[in-house]
Amino acid sequence: MTASRRTRGPGLVGLHVVTGGRYEPSRNHFDFVTSVCLANPGLERTGLTPEQRRVLELCQPGALSVAEVGAYLELPLSVLRILLADLMERGHITTNGKFYAVQTADRQLLEAVLEGLHNL
Amino acid sequence: MRGSTTSNPAEGTYLRGDETTVKILVAGPFSVGKTTFIGTMSQIRPLKTEEVMTAASTAVDDLRGRPDKHETTVALDFGRLSLNDKLVLYLFGAPGQERFFPILSHLAHGALGALVLVDTRHLAQSYPVMGVVEQLGLSYAIAVNQFPDSPPYTADELRAAMDLPADAPLVFCDARDQPSSKQALIRLVSYLLTLLPESTP
Repeated sequence: MTASRRTRGPGLVGLHVVTGGRYEPSRNHFDFVTSVCLANPGLERTGLTPEQRRVLELCQPGALSVAEVGAYLELPLSVLRILLADLMERGHITTNGKFYAVQTADRQLLEAVLEGLHNL
Repeated sequence: MRGSTTSNPAEGTYLRGDETTVKILVAGPFSVGKTTFIGTMSQIRPLKTEEVMTAASTAVDDLRGRPDKHETTVALDFGRLSLNDKLVLYLFGAPGQERFFPILSHLAHGALGALVLVDTRHLAQSYPVMGVVEQLGLSYAIAVNQFPDSPPYTADELRAAMDLPADAPLVFCDARDQPSSKQALIRLVSYLLTLLPESTP
């Protein structure tokens, strides 16, 4: 029953339903490359939307960036950010990555990137 | 269920979650080779994600005559490389159209810089992209993606035609070839290092 991405028609429900009619996430620290991981895998999942459960299932084995979660679940990032903010508020997920510590590139970071590229 | 079987993450795709993540934009006009470049460099199967531009962007995205069209979807290709145990680099393909500016601006936030891919057979198509990247405030290097029938311009001729700042790197590459694509990224990051203020010991 899985339609391919290209042939798939519009979803059964509009994206505004998925987000509960909201347009802005309640938190705003989900960059494309922010890592998402489960904070408490055993936490009760009742009351979550199917999309939110899918995020938790996807991230069960480990962390993925926001962009990767969006790609695997085929959800636009603007919608995904709202779902993630909810999940974070309820204590399901956390963002342990250090993207937000490196807003302005520093020498040490760029040197590490350069060395990493050389070593590829 | 959407997103089952074919789109599930492969083994080894997951991160620990405590890595530092950085991103570089691979910008360029349509069919310049952005997707190829990202595919060549990525260590995961390249992915595509979508961002939706809603009413907020109507000032730049002209939707007149399309009353049914309230949003524009922009597809973004991306790939991922683990540079070391603690550092992960994401490469995002950025469409160069000015009308995607709201999304590009979000994408550019916190990015280290941009690699602008150029096809010398259609050099002028790159000019708007360079304008957008400059507007985004990103430092960039030019990577000339060489095609078999690319005219044999010299770097100096291209620099002059593109009106490149004297210090901005221009490198020739083949987006299908890993060593040369890697070299283009190395030139970009080396350049970004030169832009930092001298560190005080």
